[in-house]
Amino acid sequence: MSFRSIGRSIANPLSAFALLCASILAASALQLVAFSAHAAEELEIEIKIKDHKFDPAAIKLQAGQRAKLIVKNLDPTPEEFESNDIGFEKIIAGNSEATFRVKPLEPGTYIFFGEFHMDTALGHILVE
Amino acid sequence: MLAALVIIFREVLEAGLIIGVVLAASRGVPGRNSAVTLGILAGIVGSAIVALFATRITDAFDGRGQELFVAGILFFAVVMLAWHDVWMAEHAREMTRELRQLSSDVVAGKQSLFALAAAVAIAVMREGSEVVLFMTGIIMQGKDTAGELLFGSAIGLLLGAVVSLALYLGLAAIPLKRMFSVTGALVTLLAAGLAASAGPQLSNAGFIEVLDTKIWDASWLLSQDSSIGRVLHVLIGYMDRPTGLQIIAYAVTACTVFALAYWRGSPKPAQSSLSA
Repeated sequence: MSFRSIGRSIANPLSAFALLCASILAASALQLVAFSAHAAEELEIEIKIKDHKFDPAAIKLQAGQRAKLIVKNLDPTPEEFESNDIGFEKIIAGNSEATFRVKPLEPGTYIFFGEFHMDTALGHILVE
Repeated sequence: MLAALVIIFREVLEAGLIIGVVLAASRGVPGRNSAVTLGILAGIVGSAIVALFATRITDAFDGRGQELFVAGILFFAVVMLAWHDVWMAEHAREMTRELRQLSSDVVAGKQSLFALAAAVAIAVMREGSEVVLFMTGIIMQGKDTAGELLFGSAIGLLLGAVVSLALYLGLAAIPLKRMFSVTGALVTLLAAGLAASAGPQLSNAGFIEVLDTKIWDASWLLSQDSSIGRVLHVLIGYMDRPTGLQIIAYAVTACTVFALAYWRGSPKPAQSSLSA
């Protein structure tokens, strides 16, 4: 292998990409250390879906609190319970329920919605 | 009617973009059209089956069934796309030279076609099952007439197909020499994005408790809910608020597929010194 080819292989995009990946991995490992100590108790919250509306549509949580949402779909039609802010999306068939786990959140407002009825199925979680 | 249009458009677009990329990435492979058609048909049948068993899937494994199911098919799709990508990297040079003498690789070609069809089938099944569930819901509500429903769905389907076709034609317009490196990279990032979206599924199922908080928030710059954000999310796995787990899954998948394709597809030393 000549010096030139070694130089080229170092400069190639793959190595640059690998370096980038390595630094992201390192940053993520730091996150692991920061959060592994955190283990809070899980709060259970029940949300009903009736006539394509959430009840309750507004939920309050403490910052850093883990929660378990039990979403009961009382309508005969299926609904997709989704939140881009929290990061879940799951279909709940008519007259059935599903469980969603909410990770510890920073203070703020987190929107959730029913994707199949975006005009009425809207709600949010307020974290303080 | 509008709801049907929006939902169908969105789901068709999501599956269509993946199909467009995969189609462009396999230009010149004999038999790819029938493989893709077969994949789409299998995906449609799969959607109906998944929709039929939706409740049972959700309730399985102590209410974690849907997450596990989605994570499972995502991983399968990642493996299929990676396989196809590596195979294309190995054979791209032959195809760009338009030798098309793949006789010795007929078996390998067939395997790659299986991967292609499987990836398409999964994309269609994932989005299609949502469409089926949504449509059965609308029909059960009985608010819209069948005519309205059909009209809305037809327009949604058409719009989704047109945008996907535009992407395919755009990719196909790239000169053949460069196209396979572009589509190869695109398929790799597509696979990485799918791997990353499996992360929250496992974390929501409670299997992974670490690294499940967001590392950064770029929603002010480009929201994942915006139309550009959505398209980029499907194509290259753009995430506005990725978790540590998602970043790791993305990086590991992208690095692995890139490395495999680079290693398997790199020219022989003798040839590379000639071209240098």
